[in-house]
Amino acid sequence: MAEAPFGLLAELTHRCPLQCGYCSNPLELVRRDAELSTEDWRRVFDQARALGALQIHLSGGEPLRRPDLPELVAHANSLGCYVNLVTSGVGLSRDRMRSLASVGVDHVQLSLQDATRAGNDRIAGIKAFDRKVEAAAFVLDEGLPLTVNTVLHRQNLDNIAGIIAMAEQMGAERLELANTQYYGWALRNRAVLLPTRAQLAVADPIVAAAQDRLRGRMEIVYVIADYHEAHPKPCMYGWGARQLTVAPNGDVLPCPAATVISSLEIENVRDSSLHEIWHHSPSFNAFRGFEWMQDPCRSCPRKEIDFGGCRCQAFQLTGDAAATDPVCSLSPARSTVDLILETEMAPSEVPAMAMRKMR
Amino acid sequence: MTPAVALDTVPRIRRGVKCTYDQIRSAHVVLFPEGVLVLNETAASVVALCDGVRSVGDIAVVLADEYDGVEPGDIASLVARMVERRVVDVDG
Ligand code: SF4
Ligand code: SF4
Repeated sequence: MAEAPFGLLAELTHRCPLQCGYCSNPLELVRRDAELSTEDWRRVFDQARALGALQIHLSGGEPLRRPDLPELVAHANSLGCYVNLVTSGVGLSRDRMRSLASVGVDHVQLSLQDATRAGNDRIAGIKAFDRKVEAAAFVLDEGLPLTVNTVLHRQNLDNIAGIIAMAEQMGAERLELANTQYYGWALRNRAVLLPTRAQLAVADPIVAAAQDRLRGRMEIVYVIADYHEAHPKPCMYGWGARQLTVAPNGDVLPCPAATVISSLEIENVRDSSLHEIWHHSPSFNAFRGFEWMQDPCRSCPRKEIDFGGCRCQAFQLTGDAAATDPVCSLSPARSTVDLILETEMAPSEVPAMAMRKMR
Repeated sequence: MTPAVALDTVPRIRRGVKCTYDQIRSAHVVLFPEGVLVLNETAASVVALCDGVRSVGDIAVVLADEYDGVEPGDIASLVARMVERRVVDVDG
């Protein structure tokens, strides 16, 4: 039997006041009338805890868009879970933060799109910067730890020092600087988002220096720009190993982006229990362990570190979800990634960013 | 290996870190923003004593009453590992 999961990523809704073009949510966003009910979510949390989950990440979209958020926080808390609120900060008033803290939010993860008001709001598609700065203060006033989260790409990488300074100013304990992962909207916008080598060459040492300088005060987690690397980023702790995701419509996903693998048969909490899905579904078992691997991964010592990279990326770029992540220099399909870099990193004509919205 | 902390260091569980017992795994666990740590019994007793008042030396004395063969040095390196994992804070 597979080991129990530690975390549940609950994507409560796809509704979001922001329109970030780097969003990894699918292009086909779940509409409000297809969202799980409060009762459904309570049952999902019960089942997740019974399965072993100890952390519940309330995310989206923007989870504040769910009027039943306090009830869901309280329920997750009553189960003994660590409750992490992942928010854009838009809609997080002082009162709202206070009431969410009182029912059991343990930690807040706040997105920041760029270092300045103008840059942030251009990427977010709405005036959000001032709301975020306020929201950060409300989180700290409740005595909660704050993580600031910035997705990096060509449009904001040059401001990396400013982003770090901004996170410090906001009082973050942790800063996650994650280079864009190309799924959903981000894939659609790849030619606008792919950073150049020159940008990364400047940014990488700035991040490294800040990690040193801020050690013990603000921890900086840096997620690499995998297209530019020789080896892929590790797939979580392996497929179906540590965490599961439930989408707004109840689809249960082994990884948040797993809907991109169109060949994967996805189960839904309306039809089946999380226990059944975690342990017995074809989707969760598809890439567990190492048996499914082909060469070069199968015989590669790095498979224990990176698990062959990302299944979603393998599927998107090669059509075979069990292939070696084509980002890997050992992959026979690495030339596909090189060609993308060549043509999209500095396109002769930069397309406009497609802003995230429901159709 | 992580270098141990000094015996007069006073460790404290970090803000936002929760220690609890998981019935499902029958184990003590630490929950924090970065994830979950499953603790063995000794580690759980040490973490529970990181109250911002007791020093590492004090913790070793308390635990010596409870368990055989408690070495202050082992407690110090355990605390150092917890600091590294951002479960526990030390002043300075
Ligand atoms: S990335 Fe942007 S658009 Fe996507 S859910 Fe987060 S805040 Fe909303
Ligand atoms: S061949 Fe596979 S296991 Fe080896 S480094 Fe590349 S992706 Fe990782």
